[in-house]
Amino acid sequence: MHRLYVIPTIFINVVIIAIPAILTMILAFYRWDGMSTPVFVGLGNFEALWTDRVFWRALTNNLIWTGLFLTIPIGMGLLAATMMLIARRGSTFFQVIYFLPIIIATAITARVWQGMIYSPITGVLGLLDRYGLELTNPLTQVNTALYGVAVADLWHWWGFLCVIFFAALRQVPQEQVEAARVEGATFFQLMRYVLLPGIMPTISLMMIMTIIWSFLVFDFVFILTQGGPAFSSEVLSTLAYRSAFYDLAVGKAAAVSVIISLFGIVATIFYIRIQAAEIVE
Amino acid sequence: MTNTESRLTLTITFIVLGILVFITLFPIVLMVLNALKPAVEVVQNPLAFPSEIRWDNFSRAWTDARFAQTLMNSAVLTALTIVLVCTTSSLTAYVLARKKIKSWKVVTFYLLATTTAPIQLFLFPLYFGFAKLGLINNPIAVAFVYTAVYSPFAIMLLRTYFLAVPKELEEAALIDGATHWQVFWRVMLPIVSPGILTVALIIGLYSWNEFLIATTFLQSQDRLTAVVSFFLLSGNYSSDWGQIMAAALIIVLPIVVLFVLLQRRFIEGMAGGSVKG
Repeated sequence: MHRLYVIPTIFINVVIIAIPAILTMILAFYRWDGMSTPVFVGLGNFEALWTDRVFWRALTNNLIWTGLFLTIPIGMGLLAATMMLIARRGSTFFQVIYFLPIIIATAITARVWQGMIYSPITGVLGLLDRYGLELTNPLTQVNTALYGVAVADLWHWWGFLCVIFFAALRQVPQEQVEAARVEGATFFQLMRYVLLPGIMPTISLMMIMTIIWSFLVFDFVFILTQGGPAFSSEVLSTLAYRSAFYDLAVGKAAAVSVIISLFGIVATIFYIRIQAAEIVE
Repeated sequence: MTNTESRLTLTITFIVLGILVFITLFPIVLMVLNALKPAVEVVQNPLAFPSEIRWDNFSRAWTDARFAQTLMNSAVLTALTIVLVCTTSSLTAYVLARKKIKSWKVVTFYLLATTTAPIQLFLFPLYFGFAKLGLINNPIAVAFVYTAVYSPFAIMLLRTYFLAVPKELEEAALIDGATHWQVFWRVMLPIVSPGILTVALIIGLYSWNEFLIATTFLQSQDRLTAVVSFFLLSGNYSSDWGQIMAAALIIVLPIVVLFVLLQRRFIEGMAGGSVKG
C-alpha cells in the first residue's frame, strides 16, 4: 500500500535522470549528431579526447577549480563563522548579509561582475585603469580568465559555507566549551581542540560536496567567458555542452560527461556513506 | 561563549566581519546604484551617485526583456515545480522516514546518488528525447525536469520533519479506525506543514533562478524565463548597463524582500538539506 506513495517520485526520477544517464553512458561509445543513426565507434571518443589539447586544459581547470574552492571559501567561511561566535552581537545581521549572494541568480551575479567590476568601459577596474592603475579585464586574458570567473563564483559561494559552519559551531556541546574555559584555554586553543574537532564532520561533508560541485561548475564559466579566450577557462561541463549543442558531437559530449561522473563518483561514495550512516542511525 | 575576549580581539573581529560585509555588499550596491543612472554616467564612473534618478531604466528594461511575459513564464514554471515537488516529495519522505516499505534503504541510496549526478550526465539524451516528443519549449516538461533534480533534496529535508512527529500520534489515529491514507493526509501533513512551506520557498528560489536547464529547454521567444531573458538582453541586445542593472534588480528584488522577511526559514532549510541542522 505504502509502495504507491513513492511511485511518483521514483517514476519522475527514473524517466528524467536514470534512463537518460544510462543512454549517455551508451552514447559515449557512439558517434552521433543528434539526428541521424548513431554509429558505434568503440573507444573512439575517449581516444580522441586523450589527444585533445582542449580536453586536458578543461580537466586541469577543473582540478585548479577544486583546489581553489577547497581552500579559499572554506577558509573564509570558517574564519567568519568563528568570528561571529566571538562577536556574539549582530550574528543574525552578519548571517543575513553573507547569505545574500547565494539567493541571487547566477546569471545576474555573473553579469554584475562582468559589467560593473571587470569591464574596461563600465566597470570599476576600467575606472581604476583610467586613474592610472594599469588594470585589465581578467576575463579577456588567457592567464587570468579562469581566476576572474572563480572570483565571481567565490563571492557567490563562501557565505553559504559560513552560515553552515556557524550553525555547526553553535551545536558543539556547551559543556565541552565551558570545561575548556574553566581550564583556562585561550580562544585559539578552544578553537583548535574543541570547536574545530567538534565540527569536523560538517567540514568534511562540505569538502566532499565541494569536490563534487567543482566538477559540475557551469553557469559562471558559460556566461562570463564561454570557456575562452582560446579555451583558457574551459571546464569539462562547458566542453560537453558546446560539443553537444554547438558542434553536434553528442558522442563526444557523452564521453566527457562520463568522465565528469567518474571524477565525482569517488566523492559521491563518501558522501553517501556519511549521509547513510546518519539516516540508518 | 563567555565574554572573556579582550577588547583587541573584539576590535579585530568586528573589523574583519565588517570587511566581509563590504565585500559582500559592494557588487550589490553597484547593481542598485547603476540601475538608477543614465548610460553615460555608468561609463563615466560606476561608483558615483546618479546625478538624476532615471526611472525610465526600469520601464525600458521591462519592455526590452519583455518582463510582462517572461516574469509570468518564470512564475508559472516556479509554481508548477513547487506543486510537483511538494506533493511527490512529502509522500516519499513520509514513507522513508517511517520505513514503511522494505526497500526504503535502496530508495534512499538511489535518491542520494542522483543528488550528486552531474546534469550533463542526463542532459543530452533528455534534450534529444524531448525534441523527438515535441516537449521543447513546454514549461510542464521543464517543471518535471526540475522536480526530478530537486526532489531528492526536498525529500531529505522533509524526512527530518516527519521524524520529529511522535509515533504515538499515528498509532492513536490507526486505533481510532483511520485508514493509512487518512493518517498521512489528516494527521501527518498538517503537522509537517512548516517543513512543506520551507521546501516550497527553497524550491521556488531554485527554479526562479535556474539557468542551465531553462536556457536549454525553453528557447522560443514566448517561453523564455525572466533569468534567461535577462541573460540574452545583457549579452546581445543591449550595452546600456543602466538598463541591464535595472532588469537585474526587477528579478532580484522580489527574492530579496522574501528572503529578508523569512530569512530563518531560508537559511535553516538550505543549510539543513545538505547538513543536518
